[in-house]
Amino acid sequence: MSAAMLSVRGLDAWYGKSQVLRGVDLDVAPGEIVALLGRNGAGRSTTLKAIMGAVQRSGQVHFAGRDISAALPHDIARAGIGYVAEDRAIFPDLTTYQNLILGEKRGPGGSFTLDDAYALFPRLRERAGAPAGALSGGEQQMLTICRTLMGNPSLVMIDEPTEGLAPMMVQAVRDLLERVAARGTTILLVEQKLAIALAISRRVYVMGRGRVVFEGTPADLAADGATRREWLEV
Amino acid sequence: MDQLLLILLNGLVYGLLLFMLSSGLTLIVGMMGVLNFAHASFYMLGAYVAFSISTLMNFWVALIVAPLVVGALGALVEQYGLRAVHKHGHLAELLFTFGLAMIIGEVIQLIWGRWPVAYRVPESLDFPLFSIGGTAYPAYRMFMMGVSLFMFVVLYATLARTRLGLVVRAALTHPDMVAMLGHNVPRVFTMVFAGGCALAGLAGVIAGNAYQTDPGMALALGAIVFAVVVMGGLGSISGALIASLIIGLVQTVSIGLDMKLSTALGRIGLHVDGITALSDVWDISINRAAPVVPFLLLVIILAINPRGLAGSRSS
Repeated sequence: MSAAMLSVRGLDAWYGKSQVLRGVDLDVAPGEIVALLGRNGAGRSTTLKAIMGAVQRSGQVHFAGRDISAALPHDIARAGIGYVAEDRAIFPDLTTYQNLILGEKRGPGGSFTLDDAYALFPRLRERAGAPAGALSGGEQQMLTICRTLMGNPSLVMIDEPTEGLAPMMVQAVRDLLERVAARGTTILLVEQKLAIALAISRRVYVMGRGRVVFEGTPADLAADGATRREWLEV
Repeated sequence: MDQLLLILLNGLVYGLLLFMLSSGLTLIVGMMGVLNFAHASFYMLGAYVAFSISTLMNFWVALIVAPLVVGALGALVEQYGLRAVHKHGHLAELLFTFGLAMIIGEVIQLIWGRWPVAYRVPESLDFPLFSIGGTAYPAYRMFMMGVSLFMFVVLYATLARTRLGLVVRAALTHPDMVAMLGHNVPRVFTMVFAGGCALAGLAGVIAGNAYQTDPGMALALGAIVFAVVVMGGLGSISGALIASLIIGLVQTVSIGLDMKLSTALGRIGLHVDGITALSDVWDISINRAAPVVPFLLLVIILAINPRGLAGSRSS
């Protein structure tokens, strides 16, 4: 895995005194869509936050040839990792437009502009002047993804983008992810809906109790009934 | 009627002064989650530094330089003090600002002494501007109002029209997310803290000579500024403005009312003399109860809405 864009080795993370991650190893190669699967509390979201430097952590994280193990979140973002939070973290009092331009920065991932965001999701243009807090859940999800893309990351980490969305919006999010990937942007995805995760990703990691318990292709996972029963199925 | 107009004018000047302190404090509390006990100490420091500068040079130099000195000190405090304490949690930050307030208070007494200093209104502004019903109104009060309004416009334009303002407003709700979009949030914290301190310092510069510059001025105003910030809602500039004006007006009006509570209530049709169990309360004259009024208002507003007038977060 010398070609890895993101390489994580022995990543531990804590919330206060309780350890949530225990020695997580994972790699993401350029252009891949990689899914992180597992039940609630398995440590998937925390893995993303730990890579962003948003929780107390230790271990090795390398990105694009740079050691970001001890970097601050804004430096990690500037290095080219975009993050879409599970709780979306839109700025409710600011307008849709203002939310988008807050994400605007130069990055290694190309030149994604406001017009690109509006082209990907025309509804954002229609609601440009509205407070983001007044958007529907699906629109807010589109907004957060586009806001992160405005920073031109070469790797986007997305946490549960389809959670709580109506089926039509789930499909729209899935289309969006595939279009983002088609632009050459690498994606590390945390997703509860197995069907979507397996359909769009090239490789999957399954997590349980703060560790990686399975690594392989979606086909490998489909063939591994024991792993699915123990770590995924409810 | 003329009397009322005078009181309203004074209340407006006082309210806008409160806003210069509360606007900075509400941003600091809202963004950084730091209940900065030392905020009013920077106000006091502004007054003392202005006193020294205007003695050495003149008031107009002090008006520019003193807020810059206080702001720079604020930046140092944030960068080398608060930031180091931050990882130990909110209680540690609280204790830090509390200790800082005491240190500033003691250092001021060491340098300038325990008694009020002779910080005076500049001669060029020391004249009656107009008179209302035979009472002369000092030009300096109007100058204070002008400076406060100017700062309000500057602050508003910065927050509403600049990218930095956008980042600050976003960081009021999700500072972590703002950082993960690539903004240097620690640096923005330093700027907001320094800016808030500079505003407090400026308030000290223009108020220290109009009222009094003494080592007790931070304590006297600090509690009221806290009441304003909580009443307006943590992190809300518009809430702070409304609360500042309400408290400024109500307090000035109540200081100006030299009548018993029962008489005042009688004027608005409430006759309470019959409730003899509370006769001691009815006999209090309103101007004596004035210091309590801001806190009474605070309690009432928090009872109605725990988030304050315009707060979006309750934590």
